[in-house]
Amino acid sequence: MIATLLIALGQVLVAGAGAPLLVGVVRTLKARLAGRRGPSPWQPYADLRKLLGKEPVVSTTTSWVFRATPYVLVATMLVTALVVPILVARPALGFAGNIILLMYLFMLGTFFLALAGLDSGSAFGGMGSSREVAIAALAEPTIILAVFALALRAETINLGDVVERLAREPLLAANPAHLLAFVAFFIVMLAETGRLPVDNPATHLELTMIHEAMVLEYSGRYLALVEWASAMRLFVFMTLLANLFFPWGVTSLAEPVPLLLGLLALAGKLAVLAAALAVLETTVAKLRLFRVPELLAGSFALALLSVTAVFLVP
Amino acid sequence: MAAAGALAAAAIGLVALVLGLGGVAGSAWTVVVDWLVPLGGLELTLDPLAGLFLILVGGVALPASFYAAGSAERSARGALAYPVFVASMCVVPLAANTMTFVIAWELMSLASYFLVLHEPEERASVRAAWVYAVMTHAGLACLLAGMLLMGAWTGSLRFADWRAAAPGLGAGARGVVFVLLAAGFAGKAGVIPLHVWLPLAHPAAPSHVSALMSGVMIKLGVYGLLRAGLDWLGAGPAWWGVALLLAGTVSSVIGVLYALVDNDLKKLLAFSSIENVGIILIGVGAGMLYHGAGLEGLALLALAAALYHTLNHATFKALLFLGAGAVVHATGTRNMEAMGGLIKRMPWTAACFLVGSAAIAALPPLNGFVSEWLTFVALLQNTRIAQPMLNLVFALGVAGLALTSGLAMACFVKAFGITFLALPRGDAAARAHEAPPAMRAAMVALAVVCVALGLGATLVVPALVTVAGALTGDRAPVAVGDWLTLGVSGGFATLSTLAIAVALGAALALPLIALRLAGAARGQRRYETWGCGRMLQTPRMECTATAFADPFRRVFGFFYRPEKRLDITFHPGARYFVQRIEYANPTRSIFDDWLYRPALDALRSVAHRARAIQSGSANVYLAYIFAALLLLLALA
Repeated sequence: MIATLLIALGQVLVAGAGAPLLVGVVRTLKARLAGRRGPSPWQPYADLRKLLGKEPVVSTTTSWVFRATPYVLVATMLVTALVVPILVARPALGFAGNIILLMYLFMLGTFFLALAGLDSGSAFGGMGSSREVAIAALAEPTIILAVFALALRAETINLGDVVERLAREPLLAANPAHLLAFVAFFIVMLAETGRLPVDNPATHLELTMIHEAMVLEYSGRYLALVEWASAMRLFVFMTLLANLFFPWGVTSLAEPVPLLLGLLALAGKLAVLAAALAVLETTVAKLRLFRVPELLAGSFALALLSVTAVFLVP
Repeated sequence: MAAAGALAAAAIGLVALVLGLGGVAGSAWTVVVDWLVPLGGLELTLDPLAGLFLILVGGVALPASFYAAGSAERSARGALAYPVFVASMCVVPLAANTMTFVIAWELMSLASYFLVLHEPEERASVRAAWVYAVMTHAGLACLLAGMLLMGAWTGSLRFADWRAAAPGLGAGARGVVFVLLAAGFAGKAGVIPLHVWLPLAHPAAPSHVSALMSGVMIKLGVYGLLRAGLDWLGAGPAWWGVALLLAGTVSSVIGVLYALVDNDLKKLLAFSSIENVGIILIGVGAGMLYHGAGLEGLALLALAAALYHTLNHATFKALLFLGAGAVVHATGTRNMEAMGGLIKRMPWTAACFLVGSAAIAALPPLNGFVSEWLTFVALLQNTRIAQPMLNLVFALGVAGLALTSGLAMACFVKAFGITFLALPRGDAAARAHEAPPAMRAAMVALAVVCVALGLGATLVVPALVTVAGALTGDRAPVAVGDWLTLGVSGGFATLSTLAIAVALGAALALPLIALRLAGAARGQRRYETWGCGRMLQTPRMECTATAFADPFRRVFGFFYRPEKRLDITFHPGARYFVQRIEYANPTRSIFDDWLYRPALDALRSVAHRARAIQSGSANVYLAYIFAALLLLLALA
């Protein structure tokens, strides 16, 4: 019982404290790739601290929904950190609803953030909300099919079991259909976390932004919470990608040494993924908004192929 | 007068609720009154499935009737039709022979027809009632044909006799009866493409009636499908299940697509009912496929998921319609473009509507999430049927359900956000008032039920599995687990909404406490929204309902076929000054254009041709009758 609680706390700590670093690393890498020195990877922590110290300005147009949303966002992300196998294969809330719960927890966050965007009453907020929910809705089928493909191969939909099964039988992961599911999931991750080529996390250029448009009215501690939550979203999605498709190092034992090894393995996997993300973001341009559905349709086709492959080649 | 009718309906609802709870708990009885109904007499039988649908009728009729009694409307219109409507809906699931069933079914349709015709002076209202009457009677014709054929082939009009005789019938005969019955019931359930009456009729009725029509009446179509496909006709071939699963997938995706672009609040909710019936049918179809393949546990799981969603949709859709009714009552319009900012003037209604929106968007830990989770879990185990084509159908169902839930989330962000948030877009919205106490109480009660059905999943699922088992005769263990965790299919997947709720609650409190301990800035300043340096913010700067749905209109343009109409009036003096701009971007219905319009045109041209033999002279008609008589005698 105590061990479970401690590990749950550890997972939340790793996700909560590691998320800003992940964002910082991607930013630094992108700056280096573009030939700039860029900020230190620790910069996001300084930003959060600065924002927490500032007095927020809240629009008179808004209601309690606007003020509650940052807390809801953080809460959903903290709960996902208890569901996703970050350090251990069977996290504390692993029994509470599996991958489908995870999908709907992300949707819970999007739902409230989109409402907050509308609540400010500015043209930007509504525009951002409408685009965000459009992309989230179109990404939904791909997520579930990609994970379904994995689950079919591992013969379970329990995240912990998928991780353990794939770790035991690496040949399952060497299947070409597995690769299709990975690519599909990677594209969806880009869309769901607002990265290039779907959304540009670095811009405040009015007509192209999606996520930034929604959170435009936030300031002070509310903005800090929103930024922290979106960093955690990136962290959780990348961890999911890393641990579901390359499940090595995720431990089933609640002992200090395997946990430490698991943490190191996770850091290594995330570093590789972050580098891949940085390279991708420096080499591709942002897509026009109405070309994004084509990208998502492509990723859906990949996921469907991956699932079909399981039916046809058992 | 109207209040008396509402109270009578509430009493009927209470009786139905008690009887229904008894039925689900296992009490069963049969009442036969031979002299009351011709051709077999009145025969009512309570079994678990009938009990569940009685709970549905009673559970929605009760709050809806209190809401009606508490609303300020004093017109006597519908004072009789409303209790008749509720009573006939109670009789439908109990009916045990064809005549009882058909009479109750037709009473339900007629009573609701009069309720839809709420404003007989309005053209739109008359048209809605007319389309409804035509579609519901076309459905009744299919049902009667199917039931009479079944009666002719089995020699009895009692459902219990069908049950016994169905396995002896040929596959072709059972197929014909299934298609006829399914068409009739699917029409009532609003399955696409038989849905055209639903978005017209539901918004036209008063809101408490809309709640009953969307929450309960269309579910009786689902009840009929369950009875026909699993009980009366016995287990059918795979194509029955495939047909229902695909119809459900198509209905859910297309229903929510239409809901997304509609700016009439009640019409949006009506379209979303089509979507939810689709989700239910996905579960029903999967259950029939598993049942046919002999996988009893999975069949029960899929059917329990469908029944759970039936229950859930009844609660949150009734809640949303009652909320929409309060909004329409306060603002005098159903057009969302004239609303906004209502959360400040109607905090109770807004909070209840938010709970309903979150529940229908399947957000954890509310009830919509539980039933969609169960449906997903049931669909995802399809590899136990080793037929690649069927597996592919299931995969399409999974993808369709995922797309539906994403789009539904977007749809209810729009429904709540545009209606209740930001600044009022019209004078009526700015002067809106909160609903009277009885209406608020009805909404709060339904919101509490939504939360309870979500958190109480571990109690509800075993009960629903029992109901499904009584229907199909399967006896496999499905749900395992304790009060905290629900495990299905022998631990294949587990769910604990209570744990989610507790974790979310703790995670909500954590940053609040942490920020306070860390000594973060606590005050806040109020200032107007940043308006790019303009003088002040006006409602005209807000995102409109049309603009919110625009990305969807573009992405699914091949389906919506939107038209763009731009009408600019220039100043007579100089073309550089624009006096007014009118912009409309309506979508078209491909079902009207490609299905109903050609069918109606063909009907009209046949009718036109038939005029040739209609001279109007009595002698000629007598000659026709004589000729027909001779022909019949010759044939006999």
